[in-house]
Amino acid sequence: MRVALFITCVNDTLFPGTGKAVVRLLERLGCTVDFPAEQSCCGQMHFNTGYRDDAKPLASRFVSTFSGYEAVVVPSGSCAAMVREWYPSLGISPPGGVFELTEFLVDVLGVTDVGAYFPHTVTYHPTCHSLRSLKVGSRPLDLLSEVRGLTLVPLGGAEECCGFGGTFSLKNPAVSAAMCSDKVRSVLDTGAEVLCAADNSCLMHIGGALSRQRTGVRVMHLAEILAATEGDT
Amino acid sequence: MNAFVGMPSFPKASSKSVSDAQLRHNLRKATHTIRAKRALVVDEQPDWAALRSAGAAIKDRTLRHLDVYLERLEEAVTAAGGTVHWAADAAEANRIVTGLVKATGETEVVKVKSMATQEIDLNSALEAEGITAYETDLAELIVQLGDDWPSHILVPAIHRNRAEIREIFLSKMAAWGRPAPADLKDDPRALADAARLHLRERFLSARVGISGANFAVAETGTLVVLESEGNGRMCLTLPETLISVVGIEKIVPTWQDLEVFMQLLPRSSTGERMNPYTSMWTGATEGQTFHLVLLDNGRTSVLADEVGRQALRCIRCSACLNVCPVYERAGGHAYGSVYPGPIGAILTPQLKGMAGPLEESLPYASTLCGACYDVCPVAINIPEVLLDLRSKVVTRGHHGQRLAMGAARRVLDSPRWLAVAQNSAGRLRHWTPRRLPGPLSAWSDTRDVPRPPKESFRQWWATR
Repeated sequence: MRVALFITCVNDTLFPGTGKAVVRLLERLGCTVDFPAEQSCCGQMHFNTGYRDDAKPLASRFVSTFSGYEAVVVPSGSCAAMVREWYPSLGISPPGGVFELTEFLVDVLGVTDVGAYFPHTVTYHPTCHSLRSLKVGSRPLDLLSEVRGLTLVPLGGAEECCGFGGTFSLKNPAVSAAMCSDKVRSVLDTGAEVLCAADNSCLMHIGGALSRQRTGVRVMHLAEILAATEGDT
Repeated sequence: MNAFVGMPSFPKASSKSVSDAQLRHNLRKATHTIRAKRALVVDEQPDWAALRSAGAAIKDRTLRHLDVYLERLEEAVTAAGGTVHWAADAAEANRIVTGLVKATGETEVVKVKSMATQEIDLNSALEAEGITAYETDLAELIVQLGDDWPSHILVPAIHRNRAEIREIFLSKMAAWGRPAPADLKDDPRALADAARLHLRERFLSARVGISGANFAVAETGTLVVLESEGNGRMCLTLPETLISVVGIEKIVPTWQDLEVFMQLLPRSSTGERMNPYTSMWTGATEGQTFHLVLLDNGRTSVLADEVGRQALRCIRCSACLNVCPVYERAGGHAYGSVYPGPIGAILTPQLKGMAGPLEESLPYASTLCGACYDVCPVAINIPEVLLDLRSKVVTRGHHGQRLAMGAARRVLDSPRWLAVAQNSAGRLRHWTPRRLPGPLSAWSDTRDVPRPPKESFRQWWATR
């Protein structure tokens, strides 16, 4: 199956490892991955901050870049939610076939065992937009529970927002930091080595605090865990 | 909302409350308890989704034909012996109520917990005319005795714990009437007993009662008050004069419609299958004079907004407050209004207009996590309204931010410029500062900034 990858501007610039993992994973599952170079950003940051006129050209760019594809894979719950849920309120129809990564794996490819091996203790943060806008449900956990060697430990208060919220973390730094510190405490309570999520912006926020507090807990995008195999260890 | 005049913007007010460990503990404990109770009783209702849609639909239909239903309500109340007054704003409503109380010659009134009278700050208006208003809801009593502001729609004193309430009762009750017993303990029963004795004197001596209403049935002219303590019923039935101040959006068309809301409201607000006291009255009962003051105070301008009008569906259950992670840390006072939490963040800027820094900051007092929308029993899409309000805020200035956003958009709208930016970030990665400059420093105060990678994904793909 031929799929287009929308990498998202944050992943492209700061977390290229996630994109490489998505490519590796999809190719291992028999997909042909296309990366249209004209892509940039879904427009979420501008839209969520109130700058709709600035979000529009970015949304139009997304639509014109990805319209011809049968399936577009997005390794970010919030960017996928932006496209599917909010483009209509900008007067822009989203192209069909835009899938968040776990939706694509489970619903389109019909797999939960992606042949991954990752011998570590992992806890999963569902992220708000995956959870409530996209309603991806148990898909990420179904995928993780098939990973060989992986011990999945439940995260207390998993459904609570980590406090990132894009520009929220800049506009309301005190509340954002308080939410983050509660999330960090929940993560540490699990004793997991790795905090996993399907959105790097939330992981950057929680991971930044985990790192500042020298906790030793790593954050990893779900794609990186699903792409890992015996050869990596 | 006059009590909140001069409030700082939300980020400023909330950063103060975030550092109050006791407050955060009180709020966390209370909201998580109600949250869990709500989830339990909502999950046991197999037709919750259908009820929720019905609630939203009934409210939308009412709002669409609000003029018709308001006139129908006026007719029905008048036919039942009540008098209807129309108040365009808080000042007019206060003038009407104060006038009605003065006409009775009384200088004391008892109050049923009511958001509408809080919104117009009726107590201060009465006080200015020499009339003392006594709050009779336990939590409102705590707030009033403590010379405090409400911080939650359902539990106005949620920010107080038992020890603090004991202190307030001991030090303040005497000035308002019957003092608290000197050996008062801080267990809930002892506190409730002290309040009961204190309030009983009020109920038996008051000749004027003031209330709001949860619902007003247009078909019959019936007003409905839901409460947990029975204090409201005392105020509604004992006094000779009853004055109810009701927002014009509180209408439901027919008696039958109440069925839906009687299921939605208690489960959403207190986490109960039904609430302990539901009082209904139609017009004037024998020996009592009844006045209904219908309050606009910004509601028709909210109704005119296509996206924002859904906020008028709100039945004040406060489920959105109890699940909101921002409310939980910021506390209710930071919202600078009697309507705190997510619903306050969309209601206050709409009712009052973007009147100042507080109103402009409220649409940003959310991470858009969507938990509020999920629990709203009348399906108010709070994130949608927040986003719409944000787009209105940015058209009013914010030059620095606009420049930054414009610059970011120009880079992001050009894969070539994006690559240039990524390239330079990659080359300068070893000079990435641990502390970010300007407004970005707020981020790096508590978090490590990720170091840009050597090459972006785009660059990696090109060489693959």
